[in-house]
Amino acid sequence: MANGERELPRPTPETQNFWDGTKAGELRLQQCGDCENVYFPPRHFCPGCGSKNVAVLKASGRATLNSYVISHLPAPGFTPPYAIAVAKLDEGPKMMCNIVDSPQTPEALVIDMALEVSFEKINDDITLAQFKPAGGQ
Amino acid sequence: MKRNSVAIVGASETTELGKVPSMSQVQLHADAALNALADAGLKLSDIDGVATGGHNAVEIAHYLGIVPKWLDGTSVGGCSFMLLVRHAAAAINEGLCNTVLITHGESGRSGLGRHGSSIFPSLFQQQFERPFGVTRPPTMFTIPVLRYMKDFGLTEETLAMVSVVQREWAGKNPRASFKDPITVDDVLNSKMICYPFRLLMCCLVTDGGGALILTKADRAKDMPQKPVYIRGTGESAETPMISQMADFTSSAAFRVSGQQAFESAGISHADVDHLMIYDAFAHLPIYGLEDLGFVGRGEAGPFIAEGNTRAGGKLPMNTNGGGLSYMHSGMYGMYALQEGVRQMRGTAPAQVPGAEISVVHGVGGMFSASGTIVMTNVA
Repeated sequence: MANGERELPRPTPETQNFWDGTKAGELRLQQCGDCENVYFPPRHFCPGCGSKNVAVLKASGRATLNSYVISHLPAPGFTPPYAIAVAKLDEGPKMMCNIVDSPQTPEALVIDMALEVSFEKINDDITLAQFKPAGGQ
Repeated sequence: MKRNSVAIVGASETTELGKVPSMSQVQLHADAALNALADAGLKLSDIDGVATGGHNAVEIAHYLGIVPKWLDGTSVGGCSFMLLVRHAAAAINEGLCNTVLITHGESGRSGLGRHGSSIFPSLFQQQFERPFGVTRPPTMFTIPVLRYMKDFGLTEETLAMVSVVQREWAGKNPRASFKDPITVDDVLNSKMICYPFRLLMCCLVTDGGGALILTKADRAKDMPQKPVYIRGTGESAETPMISQMADFTSSAAFRVSGQQAFESAGISHADVDHLMIYDAFAHLPIYGLEDLGFVGRGEAGPFIAEGNTRAGGKLPMNTNGGGLSYMHSGMYGMYALQEGVRQMRGTAPAQVPGAEISVVHGVGGMFSASGTIVMTNVA
């Protein structure tokens, strides 16, 4: 880790359940009971139809690499070059992440490759949902 | 809005662009404002509406000694100024004020008198993006592009051509920051910033400002400058988080803003003589050309590479050299509008002969917001 500490999320009442989930090893999305929309980030209503009839949906953790960049710029808590990626979950929503357990190169990071969630404990309060190449590589 | 009912009667950039260590941000606003007033033949006391983005509008009004009847501080990033033109035109038509001053100033390079981000921070971005190492715009704005490249076969060479063509335009502009010609190889051999983006695919970081003065079209006829009429307008917003852009190959904000602008102006794409598409990074003109409907999906890269947007091409675009080569203070939208005005007045350094309709399209944040203005010199 170079240049100080990585910025950590500051959970809010609307998002606490998501961060409780990552600590427990679960990737929690939300689903609308009226229109069935699955959405992220969390909030207390469905952004598709406005219904408050929403419930937690535990995601499979399976995803594909939708897009990414490899940053060569300095960033607190990161050693460049490092990938900033967007995983597209099998359930539909997209989520920003880093790709762990993989070289940070265009050759290793192939658009649409299969990913799986990998929880990275930062401290007692925060665990990040990261992604790694699927298949135990 | 009634077409051509409001006109731009004053327009100017700051006296200097580039590195301006003698002025803090508020003075850049004021320098541009005073230049625009002189351009319009007006005095500060003639202004009864004040608007700015990325800076406290109250501070701008107070600094200029104006107690306005109408104020707008819409701050959605670089396209704030397109939205402010739209809002000002509506306010003038509604009779809320008569003469609006829209200012921009940004000490982007020298950092004098800035107060942090020009866009409100996002709650979700703090929690769901910043922990993954996004920092400055090159680490965010670029994220959709590998998706686009795979889906449409856009190559790095074609992407680099955007920078090459814009530099050609900059070479015709004495005020451009970079004027020397560049090649595709120069772009692809420049320093890697954020794969697949190289230095020469990223905008400049400079100091500068600009100001516009708008009033009713019937008043404009008696003023010193050739009036530039607001013929159509559009605006929209999608998301404060690049990761939540619904389609990484197309901007919903661009599509909604552009469609409103074309429909309100009552024009077709063939009517457009001159085009500005905010180019903070080399991919933005590609997304803009497609989302505004000038070309089909996946066609914009080849359209630029084949020379259609260069001098003498059928759709001259970013004729000042753009954010890639002319200047980019951080919120470039004002400079795109200024070039639209110059083209409509017939005073641009790289003038498009006989141009009557200019479309000026802006982006705010990282595909977060958008604003589009259709200008004309034909009443």
